[in-house]
Amino acid sequence: MDLGNLISIVIGAIFINNFVFAKFLGICPFMGVSKKVESSIGMGMAVAFVMTLASAITWLVYNFLLEPFGLQYLQTIMFILIIASLVQFVEMAIQKTSPNLYKALGVFLPLITTNCAVLGVAILNIQEGFNFIETIINSFAVAVGFTLALVLLAGIRERLEYADVPRPFQGVPIAFVSAGLLAMAFMGFAGMQI
Amino acid sequence: MGAIIIPILILGGVGLVMGLFLAFASKKFEVEVNPNVEKIMEVLPGINCGACGFPGCAGYAEAIALEGAEITACAPGGGSVVEAIGGIMGMTADTSGEKIVARVACQGDKTRVEKLYDFDVELKSCATAMLYFGGDKSCWHSCLGYGDCAGVCPVDAIEITEGGIAKVDEDKCVSCGKCASECPKRVINMVPQSQKVTVCCSSREKGAVARKNCSVACIGCGICQRACPVDAVHVKNNLAKIDVEKCIECGLCAIKCPTKAITNTSREIKKAEVIEEKCIGCTACGRVCPVDAIEGAVKEKHKVIEEKCIGCQLCYDKCKFNAIKINVTEKTD
Repeated sequence: MDLGNLISIVIGAIFINNFVFAKFLGICPFMGVSKKVESSIGMGMAVAFVMTLASAITWLVYNFLLEPFGLQYLQTIMFILIIASLVQFVEMAIQKTSPNLYKALGVFLPLITTNCAVLGVAILNIQEGFNFIETIINSFAVAVGFTLALVLLAGIRERLEYADVPRPFQGVPIAFVSAGLLAMAFMGFAGMQI
Repeated sequence: MGAIIIPILILGGVGLVMGLFLAFASKKFEVEVNPNVEKIMEVLPGINCGACGFPGCAGYAEAIALEGAEITACAPGGGSVVEAIGGIMGMTADTSGEKIVARVACQGDKTRVEKLYDFDVELKSCATAMLYFGGDKSCWHSCLGYGDCAGVCPVDAIEITEGGIAKVDEDKCVSCGKCASECPKRVINMVPQSQKVTVCCSSREKGAVARKNCSVACIGCGICQRACPVDAVHVKNNLAKIDVEKCIECGLCAIKCPTKAITNTSREIKKAEVIEEKCIGCTACGRVCPVDAIEGAVKEKHKVIEEKCIGCQLCYDKCKFNAIKINVTEKTD
């Protein structure tokens, strides 16, 4: 296990190839849950759990069930099946353990199912040809990057509540503009090689 | 053949495993829902009108069971629902009070009011008509008749008549008040259903102008105010208004109104009758009668002239000897 390799995967996933700012995946929960920092952290943790577990299981299924039988074409539907089941499970678990978080996340929790970021990271792991450990580390790092993006925007949006925003821009429009500016800032990491 | 079997088995197998996993998890992570919430939801009407102030019937059920909200807030449910909820939660509440219904205070249909312009747009609604000089009818205060109220009524109790104004079916009405808030002209009032005499006009214009705009408008002449035996009608801003607390529904104002702006929808015909054995001839009833329908000299038995009697019951209230009875019959027309 090359530690340097793992670190470069982590830095890459969080900053250089941030799923929200560089790849524009997972925008829906990104805009929907980022009104408050608290719910953003909760959402980030839920996504982290789903992403890591989903990537692990999908990697196993791909390499031991699909590839040996030459069924790579079933990749998409199999991954979606696994992700959907996992999200259902996470929803049940959160409803039981933390009803407040459940209410705060609301409809965005089941939306993690169709969140392209989760499917994206699962497919990306296969594309990059990662081994099992690399897959898990990568997925967790992507989730951390996603949470970072969420928390950053939530912090900005909480401050925007008190700012003097012109009427046509109040609410979602100014949030999108801010997100775009954040993405431009993250462009500064582009092309870095660790 | 074999090429199909294996994918089916694998996909099906994974699906089955996931399904079993979820079934197991749903048992292990079961959340306890307060059983009262379910019970209350069953007795609520389920039309989700929001009149209670909570988000839908589910929201209200939760508020009652978990947050101790008032059990009397459901207007459509009425007394029976309040009692049912009281039974579940072990509370009692005051269920008296009459049914309030919505009533459109306008008779200005197309036979009585002119159209000022041709409102030929794609989206015809009262709210959009308001943007064009406050509507296309010659009376500014009238019902526009494009059905915004009917659209928002959760029980479809409002229809737009042939003449083009809104009419509420009071038996279907559940008193949620949505039509009254939706109407941009504010011509819909919430009144007790038992109040049969209504001023069916909302025009605040001066007499001559109001009359020119609509043939059955209230011209603010005040004849009703002078005719009312109990001082329940007052003219304010050129519009008559009936105080429902004082009104005895004698219908005199409706009879005397020169433009027929006040309507009386009572289906009952009440006639007073003197019980001869008890009458002592004190003439008190004759003096209080607003239409002079009782004749009889002092110390002689009195008699009610049936054709003149309007059934206001003022004589009945006045007679100290219980010598008057009221005969009630249903209108047959």
